[in-house]
Amino acid sequence: MKKTITLLYTLCCLVSFAQQTPAPEQTKAITIEGATAHIGNGEVIENALIMFEGGKITYIGSALTKIARKGDIIDAKGKHVYPGFIAPNATLGLVEIDAVRASDDDAEMGLWNPNVRSLIAYNAESKIVESMRPNGVLLGQITPRGGFLSGTSSIVQFDAWNWEDAAVKVDDAVHLNWPRTFRRRRGNVSVNKDYDKQTEQITTYFTNAKAYLGGDKTPTHLPFESLSGIFNGSQKLFIHADEEKGIIEAVNFAKTFNLKNIVIVGGAEANKTTKLLKDNNIPVVLMRTHSLPGLDDNDYDLPYKMAKLLTDAGITVALETSGDMERMNTRNLPFYAGTTVAYGLTKEQALQLITLNAAKIIGIDTNYGSLESGKSATLFISEGDALDMRTNIISEAFIDGRSISLETHQTTLWKRYSKKLEN
Amino acid sequence: MLKKSFWFVALLLSVAINAQDYFPKNNGVHTKNSNYTAFTNAKIYVTPSEIIKNGTLLIKDGKVVNSGTSVNIPKNAVVVDLEGKSIYPSFIDLYSTFGVKQPQRPSTRSRSTEYEPSRTGYYWNDHIMPEQEAISALAYSENAATDLLKAGFGVVNTHVHDGIVRGTGTLIALNNSKSNAYRILEEHSAQYLSLSRSVKTKQSYPNSIMGSMALLRQLYIDADWYAKGNIDTKDLSLEALNKNKSLIQIFDAGSRANILRADKVGDAYGIQYIMLGGGDEYERINEIKATNAKIILPLDFPDAFDVEDPFTTASLSLEDMRAWNQKPHNPKILAENNIEFALTTHKLKSAKELKAKILKAIDAGLSKEKALAALTTVPAKLINKENEIGSLKNGSLANFLITSGDIFDKKTTLYENWVQGDKTVIEALDKKDIKGDYTFSIANQDYKMSISGELSKPKTKITANDKTLDSKITYNKNWVSISMATIDSTKNEFIRIIANPGTNGLTGKSISPNGTENSFVASLSPSEDTSDKEKKDKDDNKSNTLYPVSYPNKAFGFKTLPETETLLFKNATVWTSEDEGILENTDVLIKDGKIIKIGKDLSAGRAKVIDATGKHLTAGIIDEHSHIATASVNEGGQNSSAEVTIEDVIDETDTNIYRNLAGGVTSIQILHGSANPIGGRSAIIKLKWGESADNLVYTNTPKFIKFALGENVKQSNWGSFNRFPQTRMGVEQVYIDYFTRAKAYDALKKSGKPYKKDIELDVLAEILNKERFISCHSYVQSEINMLMKVAEQFNFNINTFTHILEGYKVADKMKDHGVGGSTFSDWWAYKYEVNDAIPYNASIMHNAGVTVAINSDNAEMARRLNQEAAKTVKYGGMSEEEAWKFVTINPAKLLHIDDRVGSIKVGKDADLVLWSNHPLSIYAKAEKTIIEGKTYFDIEKDKQLQAEVTKERSELINLMLQSKSKGNKTQPIKKKTKTLLHCDSMDNELAEAHSH
Repeated sequence: MKKTITLLYTLCCLVSFAQQTPAPEQTKAITIEGATAHIGNGEVIENALIMFEGGKITYIGSALTKIARKGDIIDAKGKHVYPGFIAPNATLGLVEIDAVRASDDDAEMGLWNPNVRSLIAYNAESKIVESMRPNGVLLGQITPRGGFLSGTSSIVQFDAWNWEDAAVKVDDAVHLNWPRTFRRRRGNVSVNKDYDKQTEQITTYFTNAKAYLGGDKTPTHLPFESLSGIFNGSQKLFIHADEEKGIIEAVNFAKTFNLKNIVIVGGAEANKTTKLLKDNNIPVVLMRTHSLPGLDDNDYDLPYKMAKLLTDAGITVALETSGDMERMNTRNLPFYAGTTVAYGLTKEQALQLITLNAAKIIGIDTNYGSLESGKSATLFISEGDALDMRTNIISEAFIDGRSISLETHQTTLWKRYSKKLEN
Repeated sequence: MLKKSFWFVALLLSVAINAQDYFPKNNGVHTKNSNYTAFTNAKIYVTPSEIIKNGTLLIKDGKVVNSGTSVNIPKNAVVVDLEGKSIYPSFIDLYSTFGVKQPQRPSTRSRSTEYEPSRTGYYWNDHIMPEQEAISALAYSENAATDLLKAGFGVVNTHVHDGIVRGTGTLIALNNSKSNAYRILEEHSAQYLSLSRSVKTKQSYPNSIMGSMALLRQLYIDADWYAKGNIDTKDLSLEALNKNKSLIQIFDAGSRANILRADKVGDAYGIQYIMLGGGDEYERINEIKATNAKIILPLDFPDAFDVEDPFTTASLSLEDMRAWNQKPHNPKILAENNIEFALTTHKLKSAKELKAKILKAIDAGLSKEKALAALTTVPAKLINKENEIGSLKNGSLANFLITSGDIFDKKTTLYENWVQGDKTVIEALDKKDIKGDYTFSIANQDYKMSISGELSKPKTKITANDKTLDSKITYNKNWVSISMATIDSTKNEFIRIIANPGTNGLTGKSISPNGTENSFVASLSPSEDTSDKEKKDKDDNKSNTLYPVSYPNKAFGFKTLPETETLLFKNATVWTSEDEGILENTDVLIKDGKIIKIGKDLSAGRAKVIDATGKHLTAGIIDEHSHIATASVNEGGQNSSAEVTIEDVIDETDTNIYRNLAGGVTSIQILHGSANPIGGRSAIIKLKWGESADNLVYTNTPKFIKFALGENVKQSNWGSFNRFPQTRMGVEQVYIDYFTRAKAYDALKKSGKPYKKDIELDVLAEILNKERFISCHSYVQSEINMLMKVAEQFNFNINTFTHILEGYKVADKMKDHGVGGSTFSDWWAYKYEVNDAIPYNASIMHNAGVTVAINSDNAEMARRLNQEAAKTVKYGGMSEEEAWKFVTINPAKLLHIDDRVGSIKVGKDADLVLWSNHPLSIYAKAEKTIIEGKTYFDIEKDKQLQAEVTKERSELINLMLQSKSKGNKTQPIKKKTKTLLHCDSMDNELAEAHSH
């Protein structure tokens, strides 16, 4: 054991200077040879050959192919290559320490803030963000919280000097929190008597926004302005709804306003609305699989098997990580996916939940989400199966072809104290 | 003999009645009515079992003189002929707040917590008020008395419903004709207690059930010490408590779980409480019976839920649905088990509801005799007044009811309620029952009329030519007056009728709109609805079908508990968690709850063989840090709470037990929360789903206590600034202070000199004497180091640091001290003190020689601790064999249960998990979880249970829809709070901060 630590320590020392310093642009081609490539679309290539240059994948296929290897060659025999994992509906970089209010930037006051933008508050230097990378989580949709319209999200990659550099897709979606039929008052949960009033408020708000946007738009109404992309289809509307009734009403709401680009987030009861979602081609960003069932009467494994239930119904599913201690937990995204395998999905289907499906849902699949020629070289090499914590051991990771540091605040402390205790 | 006692009673009686003869009288001459009253030809219920048919009841001066079939009626007797009527003793309610102004929560209240009492000269805790007296808060209310009289009550025991010790109640007769001088039967009749805080004070301690229990225990000790003259200062509360000791003690438990808890407290001090029940006693009837407690039973059977909205109904639990079905059966089940109980109107919206509720219980099988006893003889006996109230035996108070017949029949009329010989008329005795169907004609027009409802408030429905006419009816004395619209409704004209009831109908006159008067005869037609009625009764019986109780009584509960089996696991990969390591293709034989053989090709004998080929068999997972299965987590009312114990508040009904089993967990330590530097004692339990709370606890359980350091005990994250300590510096001083005092206390105790037992210091002395172990919530290295030094100063060792997220910084010191570390796999960044928490912590501590466990502190994570252990393979490169020990033998060692559990070793408890896959892999599912040879989770049986839940839910929903369609009341859907995700209340943030 001690030996391993020393070895790891020595290895790490060599690259430890790179910690927290974003990697420079890819200047030289890189070839990864011999790995099992998990494409992200359900396919696997054993003994694969992957080449990328200028940040883009230029070749992916069998290593048996007779083709010239370019640039630095990484021998990855016995290892696995995956597209970078994608965390939708995340608050990374918006809060550093949950209990320290001063570090908290994830929820604005008030109910109607579609115009607030997560991107400009995203802390690219967050110690929590860097801790995503050693687990293969390389991209995220940074999403505001709170109110009915919580704001506008953006998609970032997790190795950047600042938010501008981090941005992959700016202002990709607006987020709407659908009301719940139950609410908690002074510790008691009771039927939300205001539910209909609240949904009516939402409808009224969107009706007014639509009227405003159809007129001369004076005086300027910032929140309404920020909804124009929702109405013209250039931005997506993520509707956060867990309950069966909420999902049905959210879908009907979208139809009323002719909103083409909607996504259901949470979906704790989405298994009861599969036909509706399938018929309307609405994807689901599913709540943490590592959750307790919502009710005592629920099957113990309901959250574990939900992805399978939805996938089998033909719905495009991704996984999200919101909830208790969500920032630090986002690095467990691969294991949320792994859990769905024990409860019915295949490993490659599970991988899709956090790669290509997620990329499609947040609208970055032309460039990210799978290992395909022409796409961004955002990928990593794992010693073993990256969906299983035992073997999710990442030796190299690339974002847009840049070889990124896998060091963190946490690995620094690990090494410092391992060394102290050895002496 | 009879005569003698009669004269004796009569003598006493005249003394009592004449007691006010010494009062001056200025409004006339002295008068006294000494006539007898004789009620003849009645069916007299002297007691529920002693019934005189066609008898006479003779009363005088407010008491029963005699009863029987051949009673001599004195000449100066007023005779009331009760031909066809019945006489019952009036009812008694022992759990009343009649006439006593109840304290209210002050409307303006600052949010800051207070630690000091608001009174002086009394006990240090405001919630202890034995000196409180119902009598001094009593303001007799004739209106309230009338409501009770109408419901049949003659006597109530009233009290101040506030606080943990509530002081004395007063037994009072509901006699609106006389003064308190006559009505007060016993000014200090009983002492009332509860587990609930007073609303009058902000003093923070206790704020948990376990805190209330601990406070009561220490109170009894203190009172005893005071009684022996060992306390120089004045304590009016303890004096009152000692004075009230001889009274009966009525405990507001309010649920079966709290009955068991209160009984435990009482047993320790030789007190048998009478318990206010919760109506859920049937769920664990044998345990309730074993308490020997008599019960005062509320009848607040829940209304059916309004299940018409399928969306909200989806959130209604099977547990709540069953309660609707099962609770009306509770009185019957208590009776069948010979548990003595009285009934109360407590928790009913008004006394008026009582009869309907009792009828419901009778429909569910309660005998009428038991029901009557529960309202009369039993409460009289419980309050030690069986010779005075509750029956019509000679010499008893003349408290009785006159009814038209069986008092527990829906149609019966209650005419009069006599209390102390004074009558309250509810309906005139000669008032005839006018309910029924009539026909009559006025001006050649035929009408049909049906009269229903109560005699005091009858209802009519009048039809003519199949058209319903607006009509109103009143019935006063023997006059029935009816007004009804004419058939031509456009005219808005009315016909009036005034009539007297006779044997075959109503006779009188009608007055037409034009003033024409005609004679009026309405003839009673034979009732025709018997067949309908029978059908309806049948339906009711169907909804009365008792759904079986399961253990626990909710979804996934077992109808029958699992049996100990002899099992042979064939050809498994066996993770021993011992030096033997991981054994391939190995058999394990278990019998009588123990592991008896491990080897290759074991012969099955009579064992049931389980083919484990391709599967993995491990010891059950042990969670060092859990807060599931408990009714309280924190007693945060003081900075030290060593006197409380989680063992008092185990909640065996928590569904998380079942879910933990499904994740392969078999043993857990339920820790007190981290609100205080010195927390409370732990419960170390096995997750025997379905067993009673007490049966979950380890036999000869190791003794543990929770300590806590850092932000939570400083109350850093929720704006509380008035409790010491506010800094880590202060935390150390709390420990030094308490251990210094505990040392002095222990020395005094061991010296043989007299000393006052102090539960808190006793517990701390156990730590000093190395009989109790500390598991301490800890984060940063400074505080970890500090506590080890404090322990060393007092010559003991800390057993476990839990959380211990900076353990890696002081692992060498921990190793030297000999303390173990039970940590999270990868939690961090949730508060400032976990900024340096790293997932490599477990491996660094392990490498430094510290015994390391991975724990949950979280019901969700607990059910996949195998995965959390696997994270140490990723973070820090632990071997799989060692990683697995982090959740089995290592926590067993830390909890001092490694001689029994934590590994697969011959002789150990057969606490095993069969996994579908490599147990550290994300792909593994627990297929069977076994504790002591009993299978508590089986993935196949789970499927069956899932199907049963769906089926039973549908059936009960259907029955509730039927109930609603019959016009029964409904209540809105409830959702269980515990399981709600994503909530943002302050309380919850607090709870979260406290727990990790």
